[in-house]
Amino acid sequence: MNRLWWALGALVALLVLNVVVTPSFFSIRMQDGHLYGSVIDILKNGAPTLLIALGMTLVIATRGIDLSVGAVVAIAAAVTCEYIATSSDPGSASTALVGMAISLGLCLVLGLWNGFLVAVLRIQPIVATLVLMTAGRGIAMLVTDGQIITVNNETYRSVGAGFVLLPLAILISVAVLALVAVATRKTALGLLIEAVGVNPEASRLAGVQSRTIIWTVYVFAALCAGVAGLMISSNVSAADANNAGLWIEMDAILAVVIGGTSLAGGRYSLTGTLLGALVIQTLTTTVYTAGIAPEITLVFKAVVVVVVILFQSPKVQALFRRRPKRPVAEVLKPQEVAS
Amino acid sequence: MATLSVSKVPSRHLPVVATFALFVLTFGAGSVSFENFASGQVFANLFIDNAHLIVLAVGMTFVILTGGIDLSVGSVLALSTMIAAAGVKAGWPVPLVIVVVLLTGSVLGLLMGLMIHKFDVQPFIVTLAGMFLARGLCFVISIESISIKDKGYRALGMDRIALGGGVSITNNVLIAVAVLLAAMYVLHLTRFGRTVYALGGSEPSARLMGLKVGFTKVGVYVVSGFCSSLAGLVFSFYTASGYGLHAVGMELEAIAAVVIGGTLLAGGSGYVLGSVVGALVLGTIQTIISFDGTLNSWWTKIVIGALLLAFIVLHRLIVRRSSA
Repeated sequence: MNRLWWALGALVALLVLNVVVTPSFFSIRMQDGHLYGSVIDILKNGAPTLLIALGMTLVIATRGIDLSVGAVVAIAAAVTCEYIATSSDPGSASTALVGMAISLGLCLVLGLWNGFLVAVLRIQPIVATLVLMTAGRGIAMLVTDGQIITVNNETYRSVGAGFVLLPLAILISVAVLALVAVATRKTALGLLIEAVGVNPEASRLAGVQSRTIIWTVYVFAALCAGVAGLMISSNVSAADANNAGLWIEMDAILAVVIGGTSLAGGRYSLTGTLLGALVIQTLTTTVYTAGIAPEITLVFKAVVVVVVILFQSPKVQALFRRRPKRPVAEVLKPQEVAS
Repeated sequence: MATLSVSKVPSRHLPVVATFALFVLTFGAGSVSFENFASGQVFANLFIDNAHLIVLAVGMTFVILTGGIDLSVGSVLALSTMIAAAGVKAGWPVPLVIVVVLLTGSVLGLLMGLMIHKFDVQPFIVTLAGMFLARGLCFVISIESISIKDKGYRALGMDRIALGGGVSITNNVLIAVAVLLAAMYVLHLTRFGRTVYALGGSEPSARLMGLKVGFTKVGVYVVSGFCSSLAGLVFSFYTASGYGLHAVGMELEAIAAVVIGGTLLAGGSGYVLGSVVGALVLGTIQTIISFDGTLNSWWTKIVIGALLLAFIVLHRLIVRRSSA
């Protein structure tokens, strides 16, 4: 719980800063049955990052990492747009649905591939997913032939730019968040994932199907990346194999880490990831509204990450505690146990 | 019988031998397919065009040997080109520019190393923050690219050194070779270098042996930061410009060169020479694709991905065999 406070603190500080700069920051207005406002914008633009960060949280909880999600975003976007653009009826709803289904199916296969490398061949996750990270963008460019493909399909557009009172992208991300929360916290799944992350060998000996668990989280991460890819490309009705989802894997990893989940695996926090994703997106938006060149956002991102990480590190936490905790061996002295 | 001759090679040398074989194979494939490929100048151009990658890969090897990773190298390279270009434009003397650039890279490396060691934060996250910081600082200097017009500075990059037989190289090649030799000396013949290997083998053991674990751990990031800024200078000689979007994703190419070069990402095993050959393999693939003319640039990425996979699986098999 302690670790969440730093992420929450960073978020509140950013929000306060925004209100000071733009007093109308929190105002939300209703127009044509849609809600608009800065806060809604932050949530909408942060939706793909949040979605990918959710998948990443579970992967990191198993002591893994998935560098390939950005490439998967590009592939999902490329495949869907290519399918819609080359079909006989590029404007129809069914074309869009089939295109999205095909590309999510492909993402499932890509997740299985990552899972195979990590769970079966037991390759370090960072290298295993580096393969798809490098090759993936090449594959996406192969699909689009190096061009930016634009599509004109209302159904597809609604995934990233549609509204049901709130932008659809927000609703999708929140739905996935709720789904993951229920699936991992109301069943034993979350515990099993953490067990694999704490000690894969011990959990295997204890009867946890660690191979299946690892496989599942990589497939889930790839599917999240696929949906995020659909959101990103449908928002602009185009697929750019070079730039779609560029560095989003880094943003997602930062969101997870700011949220207090350790890269060493084990305990994870979905609330933390939500906060982390919000911190990153709010920061980006703040820099935009403050009139600073968007490229310089990276400097602020680096500073926020360093500050949050340092405060979360055990050594700094120890400085804050007035009395250091007594080591376990001292607490359980033999004579005390005997008495 | 074939297996017998292979098994004579110690298994720790096997990945490097495989990398050499791969290099000969790709260069040979190029030579067979294209008429003018097998010339001394094409070979020399591999070094000229990839000098910066070689320098980056050498620095990255130090970090990866300790079991760490440095994601900031591409951004630090870009920042270095930017500082160099802005400095030259402001009329600083060239030696001062070079010193400032190398100091910036080394200090960034030092700060990242200290954060990793003193605060127990994973190298991945710290160097990711470093990557964002360096890339962002480029744009603080200028959003646009800055071309270098100083004649003396440009001469450093353009001057050709004839090797005879019509083959010539640039200063950059000399820098890259010097870095390689220095790195080989440091890794194999100094206390620091041996500690790097020990640290990658097992940190607790290295600590129990009384080795300077902290110093070495911070030191490899300083080495990598220094190499990145040197690679930045090399790159600015090569392109005569500074730009915040130079070398985007170059850290992945450097990591790929190290992995293809036979260094284990878990640390403790590998050679800088392998990384350099790894970088040359990547360069050869690019040369083949540009010679061909009909293949598109994205094939480079797909081929690099496939090679990475092949070498990772090879490592797995070797590790499994030697532990069995």
